[in-house]
Amino acid sequence: MKRILIVLCTLTFCTLSVADDLPSDPLGSVQWNDMYNAFLKGHPAVFDKRVKVLAAGYAEDPMNVPVTVDASELENVEQLVIFADFNPIPLIAKYYPTDAKPSLSFRFKIQQASPVRAAALVDGVWHVGSLWINTAGGGCTVASVGRMVGDWSDYLGDTYGKRWSGKKTSRVRLLIHHPMDTGLVEGIPEFYIQDLEFFDEADHELARIELFEPINENPTLGFEFNNTEASSVIFMMGADNNGNEFEARFAQ
Amino acid sequence: MNILKRLVLFAVVLAMATFAVQAGNFDYQLQAQKVAKDTYVFVGKTEDFSFENGGNIVNTGFIVTTAGVIVIDTGPSLRYGKQMKSAIASVTDKSINRVYLTHHHPDHFLGNLAFEGTPIYALSTTAENIKNEGAGFADNLYLMVGDWMRGTDSFQPTKIAKAGRVLLGGHDIEILSYSGHTSGDMAILDNTTGVLFSGDLIFHKRTLTTPHANIDKWLATIDSLNKLPFKVLVPGHGPISRDKTALSGMSSYLRWLDKTLEKAAKKGLSMTETMRLDLPQSFASNSLLKQEFSRSVVHLFPSYESRVFKRVN
Repeated sequence: MKRILIVLCTLTFCTLSVADDLPSDPLGSVQWNDMYNAFLKGHPAVFDKRVKVLAAGYAEDPMNVPVTVDASELENVEQLVIFADFNPIPLIAKYYPTDAKPSLSFRFKIQQASPVRAAALVDGVWHVGSLWINTAGGGCTVASVGRMVGDWSDYLGDTYGKRWSGKKTSRVRLLIHHPMDTGLVEGIPEFYIQDLEFFDEADHELARIELFEPINENPTLGFEFNNTEASSVIFMMGADNNGNEFEARFAQ
Repeated sequence: MNILKRLVLFAVVLAMATFAVQAGNFDYQLQAQKVAKDTYVFVGKTEDFSFENGGNIVNTGFIVTTAGVIVIDTGPSLRYGKQMKSAIASVTDKSINRVYLTHHHPDHFLGNLAFEGTPIYALSTTAENIKNEGAGFADNLYLMVGDWMRGTDSFQPTKIAKAGRVLLGGHDIEILSYSGHTSGDMAILDNTTGVLFSGDLIFHKRTLTTPHANIDKWLATIDSLNKLPFKVLVPGHGPISRDKTALSGMSSYLRWLDKTLEKAAKKGLSMTETMRLDLPQSFASNSLLKQEFSRSVVHLFPSYESRVFKRVN
């Protein structure tokens, strides 16, 4: 008993000493300090309601949890890092909205109830928004539908989407056929799209995104790019961790 | 040290005692409500699954015939099925002749185990669906309602029901085979009493659910139900009625859902944006509107999206 108490005290002390000025998590997740150290270290963090994580509070389908992250109330967002504390692979995406609104829609696989967070980097400070999502769970350790049916390779890389052009921005929504295997299902190694880049006809980068294993099978993503002089066509290029390349074009 | 140990022990014992008191009280309070001659319904709450209601969110029922009792759906758990049996026994001393399952959703069939030894009838699609999804449903309900589920297992129907008439103990029963809420939806019309058990083809004053729905088929099914000569309607969820307003309510919500999702996909909304749309006041009297609409977006939106998206590579 005494030993347990000592261990507990030491643990608390360690956590406190690591977390020096780290603000305490409004959601009270025990993983917050570890998450900060894993993904946000290097810049101080503040919790900021202007970074919105929008989703239903209960994940109806743990394989496809729809989320919209919106930090457009902040200016000059360099990067958005999105992660779920309690997922076996917490990191979901890193988004660099070079010439785009700092907002992103995606779907991901959730393994158990967890905070989902978006951290927006502005002038060397992480502004963090969070939301608890409850679920019956099991999204990361179930084989993808394409694996179970066995036909995923027939459609690999097939991309569908549409562009909605507004005055200042263009919304692009797209779906890329890909199993997005997490590597957590026995006998199926990790296999997922890693990078997508969007640019205009003058080769000017609009945005770049790094995806990770928790993104859903057949990733369905939504972006809002700023209109540029040369953005009458928006191009996409990307690759998965096996070297397969993906391309798409979105005309006005 | 010893004091600490004792304190911990005391806390554990206290927790166990509290738990034991609660565990002794898993009573669904089933009251058979008579809706017509020989016909009774156990009316569930119009809520979502919770630890408080133990999954009693569903209407089940029974018909007392001279050849025995016909049970319609077995509820969400083994405890429910058992309590249903004793509630039936307090109404009639006739034995149970058979069970009909309206469809494969967990709140309608997970009480099956309580009726082991009695013929349990389901449409072939329903039997197939239970085989594929039943165990997963049971796991999920353990998480959602907890110990109410103790001893519950997905138990297969033992007989395949075919559409058509069954004359049983003075009742002229019509087994109707439809789809729309799921791929296999049974409705039961008792021509002798005019009672229609619609299963989840009809939700009344409670927003419908769509995890396996096909809106077009569902609308066609409701048109068919509308032509049936029933006098009393027992919906899968919500209050019993004696007219057809529940049917028109269903059709108008389904049509609105279809239009809304189509429009949202065409406008380029994401799922989360669609979930946050304002919902019409006319549906506000149905319970769980916002919650069920949001679930329906998850179930149905990808198919609307795929009709809007074009090949871009």
